[in-house]
Amino acid sequence: MHIVVPIKQVPETSNVQMDKESGTMIRSGSDAIVNPLDLYALETALQIKERHGGKITVITMGPAKAIKVLKEAIAMGCDEALHLSDRAFGGADTWATSYTISKAIEKLDKVDLIIAGERATDGDTGQVGPGLASWLGMSLVTYTSHIEEITDSYLVAERLLEEGYVKVKANLPTVLTVVKEIAIPRLPTLKGKKRAMKMEIPLWGAKELACDPNNLGLQGSPTRVVRIESPKLTRTCTVVRATDEASTHEAVDQLLQFLADKNLLPRRKDQ
Amino acid sequence: MKDVWTLSEQHAGKLKEVSYELLARGRALADTLASNLCAIVLGNNMCEQELQTLIHHGADIVYYVQAPCLEEMVCETHANVLEALIKRYAPHIVLSAATTMGRSVLPYVAVKVHTGLTADCTDLAIEEETENLLQTRPAIGGNILATIKTPHHRPQMATVRPKSFRKLQIDTARTGTIVNVEWNPAWYDGRVQVLGIREESDVDGALEEADIVISGGRGLKKRDNFHLIETLAHSMGAQVGASRDAVDRGWKSYPHQVGLSGKTISPKLYMGIGISGAVQHLAGIKTSECIVAINSDEHANLIQVADFAVVGDLFAIVPELLRRLAEMDGE
Repeated sequence: MHIVVPIKQVPETSNVQMDKESGTMIRSGSDAIVNPLDLYALETALQIKERHGGKITVITMGPAKAIKVLKEAIAMGCDEALHLSDRAFGGADTWATSYTISKAIEKLDKVDLIIAGERATDGDTGQVGPGLASWLGMSLVTYTSHIEEITDSYLVAERLLEEGYVKVKANLPTVLTVVKEIAIPRLPTLKGKKRAMKMEIPLWGAKELACDPNNLGLQGSPTRVVRIESPKLTRTCTVVRATDEASTHEAVDQLLQFLADKNLLPRRKDQ
Repeated sequence: MKDVWTLSEQHAGKLKEVSYELLARGRALADTLASNLCAIVLGNNMCEQELQTLIHHGADIVYYVQAPCLEEMVCETHANVLEALIKRYAPHIVLSAATTMGRSVLPYVAVKVHTGLTADCTDLAIEEETENLLQTRPAIGGNILATIKTPHHRPQMATVRPKSFRKLQIDTARTGTIVNVEWNPAWYDGRVQVLGIREESDVDGALEEADIVISGGRGLKKRDNFHLIETLAHSMGAQVGASRDAVDRGWKSYPHQVGLSGKTISPKLYMGIGISGAVQHLAGIKTSECIVAINSDEHANLIQVADFAVVGDLFAIVPELLRRLAEMDGE
């Protein structure tokens, strides 16, 4: 079984501080990491490989430093890596990004399964996984929370939807996007790290892909960002303190009044 | 013709609330463009009365496609239908809710019809000179607001964050047309089949669709204390949420997790209890209409973005709140 996992490098955000004046993120010192939600996709692929055998190819599209996230995926146990990087890819929206990655996947050995994270924590669109399926003419199973069964020809999985868990059967090849619940990502091993360090990762640009240059990068992107704003923290907070019985009573009074003024208290039976 | 389309959602033949919210969004855009607002419905055996409610909530035309296989959402089949309809009727704008359905089907369709798609918008407007759709969305964990347009491709497509807009007052005098679109068997794609839904007692309603969400975090100290949140939620008619910490500790299951690696929600009221409010958590709740925090630390991040905060011991405050709500019930 050949599994492809597309991953993204994102800025490390766990220690992000907010600038209270401008409402923006203080990015200094932020490091590029594997998109945290992609780790669940990598782990899912690794578990399937352990159970079923096969090969995992991890792909990323991004600048030179993005090679770091591919090395991390190799250190976790992925077999092969592919780095897509070209000035022509720059400024791509999700449409052009999924096009570019799909063109790379078309050049790989026959793919049985593509597993992607639900979305990236920076762009937060969740559109590249479904876009890949569409470009490649593959079926799509989004929000996958559990894989119950997998064979050479189909899989049975659960999807986490608004109304609960829905079980589906999908013929292979298919594209899965996975949610956090599906697996607990492993850490890279020492052996894996050594392998990653030594590995030469192929770099493909536009000329390595059999692609239409009009579909690449900013030029190929149907959407345009016209404005970026920092939302100001406009809320003014009423703070009440509850330190003892009397002040707790008073604080709850004020909270209930606040909720009543905003019409947020549930309608009572007798009203 | 610059028609505005909204993709309705149904479950077991009943339209979901997001369908009406989308119509309110679409109505404002269609009025600006002086065009028709069309609701698209894919389903099976839906009654005409149900479809009429879309007209009562702002639609001029309802395109209804019926087939047994449309009862459940299967991305490929739904995408085939939408692609065919978009090519046939050439709408100006196509909106869907940023639900698990909209966020699966629309990116699939956008590739097929070669157009742009903006995810999870919280604001939509029409640019006067060009009649382009200005699509505003939070990104980078809600730390920036980006406005995006699709200048040269049609339709312009966007998914819209549920609860970011109120549905219109129902107007039963409104009239419109219901168009029954003939089913084309070539639209059916059987590669993915829905086998069934697992009844999960723990998932009693969608967090994304709730008016009030009350979440608990690490401040609750242990699993047993989480019942305080559940009891309060019950008494306020709210859904229960949880911070990543609380979910990782097994106090609540993953479907309840709010934040960057869980759900992004926009309820009328969000109450965070014993939640300090990591950046990732705030990203999931920032667009809530009203935020209330109960926390012992007055410097907690959640308080910085809240409208009302009670600083103190939640184990004193929440029981008092419960007692008072019970009193109000008894009155």
